[in-house]
Amino acid sequence: MYMILIGGGNVGLYLAKRLLSGGHEVLLLERDPRHAQRLASIIGSENVMVGDGCEMLTQKDAGFGRADVVVAVTGEDEDNLVVCQMAKVVWHCDRVLARVNDPSHETVFEQIGIDDTVSATGIIHALLEQQIRPDVMLPVGALAKGNLEVVEVVLGPRSPVLHKRVRDLVLPPHTNIVYILRGEQGLLVHGDTELEIDDMLVALVSRDHALELRALLEP
Amino acid sequence: MNVVIFGCGRTGATLALQLTSMGHEVTIIEQNPASLRRLGNDHTCRIVMGSGLDDDVLLQANVSQADYFFALTRGDNTNLMAAQIVKLKYGVEKVCVKVADPLRAAAYRDMGYHCINPSSLTAGMMRDWMIDAPYQTVDQYNNLVTELEI
Repeated sequence: MYMILIGGGNVGLYLAKRLLSGGHEVLLLERDPRHAQRLASIIGSENVMVGDGCEMLTQKDAGFGRADVVVAVTGEDEDNLVVCQMAKVVWHCDRVLARVNDPSHETVFEQIGIDDTVSATGIIHALLEQQIRPDVMLPVGALAKGNLEVVEVVLGPRSPVLHKRVRDLVLPPHTNIVYILRGEQGLLVHGDTELEIDDMLVALVSRDHALELRALLEP
Repeated sequence: MNVVIFGCGRTGATLALQLTSMGHEVTIIEQNPASLRRLGNDHTCRIVMGSGLDDDVLLQANVSQADYFFALTRGDNTNLMAAQIVKLKYGVEKVCVKVADPLRAAAYRDMGYHCINPSSLTAGMMRDWMIDAPYQTVDQYNNLVTELEI
């Protein structure tokens, strides 16, 4: 798949790396030439292009016309909106995804037909709201339409999974523990990862199995 | 008429003063206090400080009651997004957008937005001045924009 990412900030760079390692053809568009150079030294100059992703000539050179997916992840909602709108209307790209920084803008993205949006601010807000409640398991954000939830569980002293390796857990179906926050350190999870007290687990789980996961991790 | 203008730059301030002198009610949305000096000291515009992409600001500007909305900041995308928020969310029918990029202006014109592109107007008028031809209509100048070969 050919994927064009607009905005070479932390989000854009991380996505580009992950997608490249997934074997996709990736082009990361970055407006600032000096920053683009840094990006090129990390993911290779063939995967980076300097230019304003909102300019039609840049879009043409980047190959918007043959892109399978266009993802706009700049820090400015108006830039993300225009990129996605032009990708859809001018270049007939079916799949566009926009980062929305201000959650109140989500409805406008929807109204102009950009259905797939990700709002980190909205997710963090939902998380903070949940923090106030005593729930141990917090849905961080529902992944729209995928029926998946990102959940966060902190392992207490009586959790039955302490000192177990992830590969030895009998997880419910459609569940993936993706990330552990241990103290200040974030760990990507392998089968050999051993769970410790106070670990904060971030898991992807289908909505139907969220309760089973809770039952497994809590006493 | 009730008019909301987003952006008190040279264009926004000039338009605001023209419209108030004709007796229209003008509200200006502007982020930068220093820009307001362009209105002079005895203007009659209502001022709302903030961004026209912000719901709180748009509500304060009472944009849902506006007959006309002009998006005149120097950011094309800011203007295009504000225009769409105001049209889709607040139901303002008459929306006019300043778009500096001629190709982007053409693209959004095709989507039904009334986009004014200052460069194609200026260039077209200068050309006509040079060849001693009468000035043309906005649409004619818009059509001079080099067609992009897709």
